[in-house]
Amino acid sequence: MTIRGDRGFSRRSFLKGSGLVVSFALLPGVAFAQDKTDGPKGPPFGDMKSTPYLDSWIGIDESGKVTIFSGKAELGQGIMTALMQCAAEQLAVTPDQVRMEMASTASTPDEGYTAGSNSMAGSGTAILNAAAQMRTILIGWAADDLGVDKTTLHAENGVVKGDGGKSRAYGDIVKGRSLHVEADGTSDLIPPDRYKVMGKNHPRLDIPAKLTGAPIYVQDMRPDGMLHARVVRPPSYTSTLQSVDTAAVSKMPGVVKVVHEGDYLAVVAKGEYQAIVALRALQEAAKWQTPKALPKESTIYDMLKSMKTDDSVIDKRGDGTLPEGRPVVSATYRRPYMMHGAIGPSCAVAEFTNGKLTVWTHSQGVFPLRKTLADMLSMPLDAIDCIQVEGSGCYGHNGADDVAADAAIIARAMPDKPIRVQWMREDEHGWEPYGSPMIAEAKGTLDDDGRISGWNYELWSMTFSTRPGGSANNLMPAWYLPKKFGPPKGGQIPLPGGGGDRNAIPTYDLANTHVLYHYIDGPMPIRISALRSLGGYLNTFAVESFMDEMALAAKTDPVAFRLKHVKDPRARDVIEMAAGKFGWKKAEKLPPYRGRGFAYVRYETVKAYCALAVEIEVDPVSGQIRVRRAVAAIDSGNAVNPNGIQNQIEGCIIQATSWSLHERVAFTETEIMSRDWSSYPILRFDGVPDSVEVHVIDRPGAPFLGTGEAGMGPTPAAIANALYDATGLRMRDLPFHAEAVRTAMLGPDAKTKA
Amino acid sequence: MITLTVNGKTHQAESDPTTPLLYVLRDEMKLNGAKYGCGLGQCGSCTVLLEDKPVFSCQIPISVLEGRKVTTLEGLGTIDEPGRVQKAFIDEQAAQCGYCIAGMIMRSEGLLRRNAFPSDAEIRDWMQPNLCRCGTHSRILKAVRRAANAESGA
Amino acid sequence: MARFGRIIVGLVAIVIVVGIGFWAWASEPAIDPVSRPAAGQFSKASIAKGAELAALGNCQACHTRPNGKAYAGGYPVETPFGTIYGSNITPDPDTGIGKWSEAAFRRSMHEGLRRDGGHLYPAFPYTHFTKVSDADIKDIYAFLMTRPAVHNTVPSPDLPFPLDIRMVMAGWNLLFFHEGRYQPDGSQNAAWNHGAYIAEGLGHCAACHVPMNMFGAEKTDKGYAGGNAAGWHAPALDKSSPSPVGWTKDELAGYLRGDMTPHHGVAAGPMADVTKVLAEVPHADVEALSTYILSKGATKPADARKAAIADAGKKSFQVTTAQKANFKGSAKDGEAIFAGACASCHFDGGSQPFYRPVDLSLSSAVNAPNATNLVQIITHGVKPAAGGSGPIMPGFGDVLTDDQTASLVGYVRKHFTGKPAWDHVDKAISTSKETAGQ
Ligand code: FES
Ligand code: FES
Repeated sequence: MTIRGDRGFSRRSFLKGSGLVVSFALLPGVAFAQDKTDGPKGPPFGDMKSTPYLDSWIGIDESGKVTIFSGKAELGQGIMTALMQCAAEQLAVTPDQVRMEMASTASTPDEGYTAGSNSMAGSGTAILNAAAQMRTILIGWAADDLGVDKTTLHAENGVVKGDGGKSRAYGDIVKGRSLHVEADGTSDLIPPDRYKVMGKNHPRLDIPAKLTGAPIYVQDMRPDGMLHARVVRPPSYTSTLQSVDTAAVSKMPGVVKVVHEGDYLAVVAKGEYQAIVALRALQEAAKWQTPKALPKESTIYDMLKSMKTDDSVIDKRGDGTLPEGRPVVSATYRRPYMMHGAIGPSCAVAEFTNGKLTVWTHSQGVFPLRKTLADMLSMPLDAIDCIQVEGSGCYGHNGADDVAADAAIIARAMPDKPIRVQWMREDEHGWEPYGSPMIAEAKGTLDDDGRISGWNYELWSMTFSTRPGGSANNLMPAWYLPKKFGPPKGGQIPLPGGGGDRNAIPTYDLANTHVLYHYIDGPMPIRISALRSLGGYLNTFAVESFMDEMALAAKTDPVAFRLKHVKDPRARDVIEMAAGKFGWKKAEKLPPYRGRGFAYVRYETVKAYCALAVEIEVDPVSGQIRVRRAVAAIDSGNAVNPNGIQNQIEGCIIQATSWSLHERVAFTETEIMSRDWSSYPILRFDGVPDSVEVHVIDRPGAPFLGTGEAGMGPTPAAIANALYDATGLRMRDLPFHAEAVRTAMLGPDAKTKA
Repeated sequence: MITLTVNGKTHQAESDPTTPLLYVLRDEMKLNGAKYGCGLGQCGSCTVLLEDKPVFSCQIPISVLEGRKVTTLEGLGTIDEPGRVQKAFIDEQAAQCGYCIAGMIMRSEGLLRRNAFPSDAEIRDWMQPNLCRCGTHSRILKAVRRAANAESGA
Repeated sequence: MARFGRIIVGLVAIVIVVGIGFWAWASEPAIDPVSRPAAGQFSKASIAKGAELAALGNCQACHTRPNGKAYAGGYPVETPFGTIYGSNITPDPDTGIGKWSEAAFRRSMHEGLRRDGGHLYPAFPYTHFTKVSDADIKDIYAFLMTRPAVHNTVPSPDLPFPLDIRMVMAGWNLLFFHEGRYQPDGSQNAAWNHGAYIAEGLGHCAACHVPMNMFGAEKTDKGYAGGNAAGWHAPALDKSSPSPVGWTKDELAGYLRGDMTPHHGVAAGPMADVTKVLAEVPHADVEALSTYILSKGATKPADARKAAIADAGKKSFQVTTAQKANFKGSAKDGEAIFAGACASCHFDGGSQPFYRPVDLSLSSAVNAPNATNLVQIITHGVKPAAGGSGPIMPGFGDVLTDDQTASLVGYVRKHFTGKPAWDHVDKAISTSKETAGQ
């Protein structure tokens, strides 16, 4: 079948300037139940719980065209396609008949943030069940229309059919009827053995358009009369504007306006390049005062340990103390500040007309963003709409919300004109909220059988969420407005998801554990927030490196050691699958400087199961590590689009390889030094593994567990374990820079760089 | 006024001659293929073909383009009839967010125009200037390989 | 070609002059093969020291082919006489140096002879390595012998007659090679002597930075007056250094370690490979090296430095110029090209890439006696450092026509230095476009 790029994007008809006609069965007096603040509680089917009316999720128009509404955003993770597959399957329509409408305060349910690998569990489960119940309802209505018993009817390709050629198309069935029906919790799901669309590698709906240049990104929007804006960011977070002469810049070619409110400075021009040239001139004209307010980069771990903490024991099994008289294995693992680093700098378009603000944004949470913009601009909620349009991949809370705030501020200063703001590369690198640095200290003991008899784990982390959440303090541009907002405020994310403590609780069968979380609620000298997998990256690195260190002490093969400590058959399946496909057991001896490593995680302790085996090679001269081969196994429950799952896990492995080998945000006491790809290098093609293989274990009919982040944490652990195998070196500080590896390889008596 | 030839059509550019091609493609010609990623020649999101060579459109003033042929993603094919490399990328589902992919496709097209039988090492080496953050690299490499094989009938 | 012809004639002459009786004299004995020494017989300290010394010698550059295994050879060294391939110096017994005893290795370094007694070509700089101490050679041997053995047969050199007869090198040696260890200069301090030992020995700086005679031997009387390396101009390191600010010891040491130095930028071309490995050796070695090199005269008095920096500030490209100038867009307009192609990084004020490029008025390439390096950089750019941070510049070889490149080069030279235009820019452009980038 052909996948049309415009499917799923007709809401983006704005882009084409044609104006959207909503034509499904909306009856007078019937409104969507979008807001989850009031109204009845629905059945426990994912996000249907807070949004229980079926027409919040599904629209069917009189031509039989189905529109699925999801409050989750397509971020390049392929969620739109998977949700479409759920809907098409359970509603018994073909994929061609489904149009997807994603994340918009104007039309979709409020499903919070598209984050934490939650979309399938939240939106997928809701749509799955809403579609199934809708199918039953349609069959019932068709039975009424046809005057037959509904048990003689079945639905197929958008038509309800019965004996003797009796049939009625969905478009006809819904004529004059309201779909505003409350979910009753009786969804009659199509069983997996009859799946036609789910469980199949359905091509992604968005890919053809992306690959042929259709206007699909927010960066591609060009509404009539649109102007381009650029913002002059200060040298550092706490800089204040001393003086600026805007006169010369105002006269530059194409410049329409210089926006100057408090310490907030931006320029609006007709052409994008004119805006950039004017930006440079304005940057030159602006004089700032910048205090020394950042920590010394070399002291961040001391800083973490010295800050005030809010402590909690998040896991205690047995008496929680290490048995006496046994040798104690101990190790400390650390990660620095790291960034999201989108390839396309953040962008938004906003228009302020007649007191109403519309913002097109690639935010992960349009509803929270709307609330936060309302706070920043002191506007009523219903005067603002935030509509998600895809941007470059974000991997967490990056500049998306901030640039939406920029666009909103500038649009308000220039009413009636759509304003497009795209950050410059140095804005994206320098101003996005990074992932927090962390420290984990692990101690463990073994019993006589080589089993873990004591597990003691302590970790230090700052927050992993300063998402907008309704408070303009969390929108960076607001810090510079005359009505000063800030500082941003983070918070803890409850377990089992957790923030810094995500995956700090080992998912092994251990009888005696003690896990202590030192949450640092203090000031954040460097801006931080949610970065893909949050604390799970460091904790899984630590736990899985430590498992290998314990396995070594137990003189047991690392995979066998893990299997010895886990009974859950699904965990055992992914471990055995990854090890088996990799050829872990029968592996022949590798040449020098090559090694194998293994890691496993159950993401967020209750979600997807993921195991990873890698083979690496170290350049004996430079110390550069290269992953040669990676084999992963993933069980994220009912696999709706296996190829999509593979794509996500492949992406995790390669992105996390980049994080683990290269990445660290650099800064001085006054400013961020990682301002482009030369000062914050990421993996290029020369570092890409020769092969990345992902095996999906499908659990037909099982709950959706989510996929997008599960492969992040196992990657550094598998690499570190492989490095140990290759060289006998145990690296516990991320990233494993070539220089550090080289220095360590030459032994303690070697003095390389002073 | 500079006359550009883009995807076989001529265009009288209104922008200042010092303006980098990227902005003329996007602003004036309303083409979406070339994308702003860094504006510094570091990432390759803005890659287009100049004659048959992949170049960073963010670093090319239009003043040097008079009489020369520019090809953008849009010039390789359409959604209904994707070009050979586009088709290979679709067949491999070689995109996550896809923001880098237009540049990746243009760079691969440049390789295949110059060398119809690249080795895997040559493909890797050739793709080095372009960055992807989603980690789609292994699919991108497979897609280029697929396009090359289709080309050579392998 | 004319030059090449002269060289051939010269070499044929040598062969004749020295005569047939020379054969007997020129033959050297083989040294007996040994079985590869066990890794355990070398101390860790010796291996680590050897690693540093190998880095100082940049052995890897010529003994590793692009994307090849470290030290397994095969790198094509282009010489004016033909191509010579770096040999395999991994401990592989058949294709590498696995059967070489330490004595054989030492003889190769000191005398330019293979284990079997055959002559090596001076592309392998034994003319410099002869100065290296026995102790250091021992450590390098320890390092190389503990590398992974790689089986890789390296192609034979691609040289015209009579150069393809290795024994001819005996004649060459007679004329140009002076065997002997480094002798400290008592009138200089220890750092200077250590720097000289490195520069003249393992570092073989002169191989590129000293002009060569027609036989491919260094014109020792010319000192460090600048030379050629793989299609690049190796700038003078003496008083004739093209840098308007001159060098300080810290700047030079930083530069040699690959740092981005404010008044000199970062090494490009073949020198970039050198700085990459110098980053791996002890700082003290690099500092000694700069002490010695600076004694050749590439410094400037403080007031001249200050003046040069101030002058450069005045010549900076202002971003607003781009639009103020209202260019007509002639493809011949180097300034318009600069505004759209170069100014996103090379401008004054505002934000720039973190690796803020050197002010072009101070750049050695722009102030050089010829256009070679500026053209090379414009054509090939500066590639991202493998796996690390460092400046990145796209190459414009496929973007600018030869005419456009020439206009740009002309503009840059004139605007940023005010010096007379270079001759033979066209030639530099066509040569640069023919060669692959570094
Ligand atoms: S946008 Fe042109 S190279 Fe990054
Ligand atoms: S697919 Fe997202 S950056 Fe490459």
